[in-house]
Amino acid sequence: MTRLAVPKTYKLYIGGAFPRSESGRTYEIVSAKGAFLANASKASRKDARDAVVAARAAVGGWSGATAYNRAQVLYRVAEILEGRRAQFVAEIVDAEGVSSAVATAQVDTAIDRWVWYAGWADKYAQVAGNANPVAGPYFNISVPEPTGVVAIIAPQDSSLLGLVSAVAPALVSGNTVVVVASETLPLSAISLSEVLATSDVPKGVVNVLTGSPAEIAPWLASHQDVNALDLVGAGALDWVDLQIAAADTLKRVLTPENGPDAAAPSLGRITAFVETKTVWHTKGLI
Amino acid sequence: MTGTQIVPGERAIALLGGEANDANLRRYLHGIPGVDAVGLEQRAAGLGTRSIKTTSKAWALDRIIGLIDLTTLEGADTPGKVRSLVAKAVTPDPADPGCPRVAAVCVYGDMVGHAVQALGSAHGDPDQGKIAVAAVATAFPSGRASRSIKLEDTADAVAAGADEIDMVIDRGAFLAGRYGQVYDEIIAVKEACRRADGTSAHLKIILETGELNTYDNVRRASWLGILAGGDFIKTSTGKVAPAATLPVTLLMLEVVRDWHRLSGEKVGVKPAGGIRASKDAIKYLVTVAETVGEEWLTPHLFRFGASSLLNDVLMQRQKMTTGHYAGPDYVTID
Amino acid sequence: MSFLEYAPAPESQAILNLRSEYGLFIDGEFREGHGTPFASISPATEKHIATISTADAADVDAAVAAARRAYDRTWSRMSGADRGKYLFRIARLVQERSRELAVAESLDNGKPIKESRDVDVPLVAAWFFYYAGWADKLDHAGLGANPASLGVAAQVIPWNFPLLMLAWKIAPALAAGNTVVLKPAETTSLTALLFAEIVQQADLPPGVVNIITGAGATGVALVGHDDVNAVAFTGSTPVGRAIAKSVAGTNKKVTLELGGKAANIVFDDAPIDQAIEGIVNGIFFNQGHVCCAGSRLLVQESIHGEVVDRLKARLSTLRLGDPLDKNTDIGAINSSAQLDRIRALSDIGEAEGAERWTAECTIPENGFWFAPTIFTNVSTSHRIAQEEVFGPVLSVLTFRTPAEAIAKANNTPFGLSAGIWSDKGSRILAVADKLRAGVIWANTFNRFDPASPFGGYKESGYGREGGRHGIASYLTSGTPARPAVAAAVTKPKTVTKGATK
Repeated sequence: MTRLAVPKTYKLYIGGAFPRSESGRTYEIVSAKGAFLANASKASRKDARDAVVAARAAVGGWSGATAYNRAQVLYRVAEILEGRRAQFVAEIVDAEGVSSAVATAQVDTAIDRWVWYAGWADKYAQVAGNANPVAGPYFNISVPEPTGVVAIIAPQDSSLLGLVSAVAPALVSGNTVVVVASETLPLSAISLSEVLATSDVPKGVVNVLTGSPAEIAPWLASHQDVNALDLVGAGALDWVDLQIAAADTLKRVLTPENGPDAAAPSLGRITAFVETKTVWHTKGLI
Repeated sequence: MTGTQIVPGERAIALLGGEANDANLRRYLHGIPGVDAVGLEQRAAGLGTRSIKTTSKAWALDRIIGLIDLTTLEGADTPGKVRSLVAKAVTPDPADPGCPRVAAVCVYGDMVGHAVQALGSAHGDPDQGKIAVAAVATAFPSGRASRSIKLEDTADAVAAGADEIDMVIDRGAFLAGRYGQVYDEIIAVKEACRRADGTSAHLKIILETGELNTYDNVRRASWLGILAGGDFIKTSTGKVAPAATLPVTLLMLEVVRDWHRLSGEKVGVKPAGGIRASKDAIKYLVTVAETVGEEWLTPHLFRFGASSLLNDVLMQRQKMTTGHYAGPDYVTID
Repeated sequence: MSFLEYAPAPESQAILNLRSEYGLFIDGEFREGHGTPFASISPATEKHIATISTADAADVDAAVAAARRAYDRTWSRMSGADRGKYLFRIARLVQERSRELAVAESLDNGKPIKESRDVDVPLVAAWFFYYAGWADKLDHAGLGANPASLGVAAQVIPWNFPLLMLAWKIAPALAAGNTVVLKPAETTSLTALLFAEIVQQADLPPGVVNIITGAGATGVALVGHDDVNAVAFTGSTPVGRAIAKSVAGTNKKVTLELGGKAANIVFDDAPIDQAIEGIVNGIFFNQGHVCCAGSRLLVQESIHGEVVDRLKARLSTLRLGDPLDKNTDIGAINSSAQLDRIRALSDIGEAEGAERWTAECTIPENGFWFAPTIFTNVSTSHRIAQEEVFGPVLSVLTFRTPAEAIAKANNTPFGLSAGIWSDKGSRILAVADKLRAGVIWANTFNRFDPASPFGGYKESGYGREGGRHGIASYLTSGTPARPAVAAAVTKPKTVTKGATK
């Protein structure tokens, strides 16, 4: 006699909590073969608004943490994810209809990506910053700083790796994130939120919305309290309109990338969402 | 010229709200806002770029002469040398009777009598077109002697007819934080400047900024000198490099301006040593005018302590008259 | 006679050998534009200086085509060392003709000659010297090996530092291997056209630098041109916003250096005399026509009265008048339109209840002038505390604690620059950390250097000019740093930004 399974209710992840959409809406997630997997929350513009509030509130703490601390927290995500490999593999096999080996490779790569980016947290500033030899009696230094709140449209054809590849680099410098997960493959995103919630990632640093990117993205693109917009997974949307909306507050924007290499790991993904601050100070001996 | 009627110590007690001891002085002097060296030097450099042309320049050159303390401070000074200096002070340019006289001659204390004698009827208040005699005192230039020697040095010079005493502060005590000692000494010297008739010789306080080294120290020492009752604050002895610089003078002028804002009293400033070119002297005039105002450009509020500056100014005057550049053989050495 | 009545010391205009008409500089030659020519006047006298061509869409096409040809055939194939040599030549020519350039700049822009002579033009030469040296060292720019130039750069610059902004744009673009089409501001085309002569004297290959003149429409056509690969703009936030929209969906790499409303924070332990100088330099330098101007003075409440008194005394010594007079501190407002805006915002400030104080000075009869003005009793909610006046108008606000100073300083959509004045090093560093601005001056203000990156946060734009960061604005990434990835899932390729839909 087989045991009757206990299905999970997939909710949103906002400000460290797992609320349902304020709209009460859900939508059906089906497997690659069309079988019902779960009902996911269908986030509304008000959920997006709440997520931005939570993300903004978390900026001070996360960007103010030492780089060493952020590195440890991001590494901790990898550790916790490693412990839950089986769960993610199963979820991906169901959702994407791929073999266990392919799903495992995706999970392992995602874990390694956290590790890779974790190591950058206390190094990228040394690579992206400068001591500037100005022609005068001044100490002059340029340091990169997080831009603030980054809204991300995650790659739509990947359950886990695409999401991680977009979210992790934004976090390295101390940004906080509101990410809209893959519309059709959102379940791993919520499972990842459970990992984040138990990995010392402060509440509000990552906020995960599921639902329709086409519906939510315009609200994030035009939101005045969002500093940057990563459209990596927005290739199927009217992303030029999103970029135009983002220009109203001169957001920093990354444009869509397609294919399996979307959001490939690079230092550029970290520095895309930093601001270079240059500080001058007089130098006087007497 | 007589000194101000300030009772020694009065300024300090009013401001400190208590006795002028090390602790109170330290509290006050270290509470004064600091100086950013880069900003100060930039401001001075900016003032140095002011451009003076023709009429203003002619006026400025004559004014510079009238503000000079023509100085000889050598171990080899003799009565003859002092007489020669005085002759130069009285008649800077024999070819031009319209040339103004300098403000004062500045000599060692033992030469005061010779200077007074040589000046004769020309001796008097520079504000009245006469020439004063200034004496360096207080174990100039090092100031390393006992208090009694310094006071006797001062009293001697005053008795010999000195109108102005250029004293040195005890830099050692200042750098060691014994502000009370520096203060007390200035008060005592000021007292020693008093003549039998109750008037006082004018007291200039040499900070020796080259030894104080930092601008913060210069600012504090300037306040200390003023609080103790100095009529003038003066940059340097001329025996230590760097002597007067434009930034240091600007800084001292800023203190004088602040004191004036606070008390309404006008204290003089004397940059001394190292100012040799008219062009540089004009920068000082600009700095005075823009920092404390033009009314400071009078002998009782601003002086140049200099020796070779005078001849450069005379050459510039000649150039303005003749239209040709002058040469050193066409001005007299003293 | 008052000594301070410095005799007028005007810089001679005889050094200038201006033509009565200037065409467009395309493909190494001057040619007439097809648009309606316009007059350039001196803002100090309203006198005509020269007639300037307007580039229409066809002229923009021609300029971009010339730049493309030069890029394809010459400049992108030239060694970095040779590109550098051309830039060094330009730097030297700027130095040799510095007096002429300074006089032309003051005549055309209205800024005091002491600023054009001592700040603008020396920095122009320094900018070319600095980036000349980068041309053959791009592998070391931190972008990986073999970073690539972008192609044709469309550059639009403002009227506040005409020649300096040109140098900020052209020097790094050329060093990185791009060719350029640059449009100066309508009211200040003159020095850009003199620069075109320098380009000829340097024997730069035709088409590498093209200078087209005209008003906003010319700029729109240039920035929107399909064949440009990079867009660099310095100017107002509304125009920057429009540019950001117009390039949406394209592959154009954009740098925007826009408006600001910088806070200049003075703590009660500040070196007071230097702070006063810094405040003055911060807002009255170049008549306040400075995007990074310290237009919001945040003074600790305990020293508010003293600072304002000292400031007024200092402002009373500023000399307003003929920009070509070497003693002039405050020159002319660049245009009557800008003067109207400054007046309007100042009137609003007064109407909103702020207290207005204006330095006493004689305003010349002709030309555009605005006396140095301070507003006290200003609140963060006043428009003069929020909007960029871009003129010699300072708003004074107070704060009580460092946290309040930071909060007020950051309370703006802009984020270009800020100043901090304090004797306490640890506080300066902590406040600098928390200010959301791209350039922070501590115990100084308005310092610029080619080695020092400059640019803003938030609505002050993006991208940096100056330093290593400045060269990156004109390059694509080389081979990026990347992890060794298990081959099963991803085969890393270069990140492709701006993939089309």
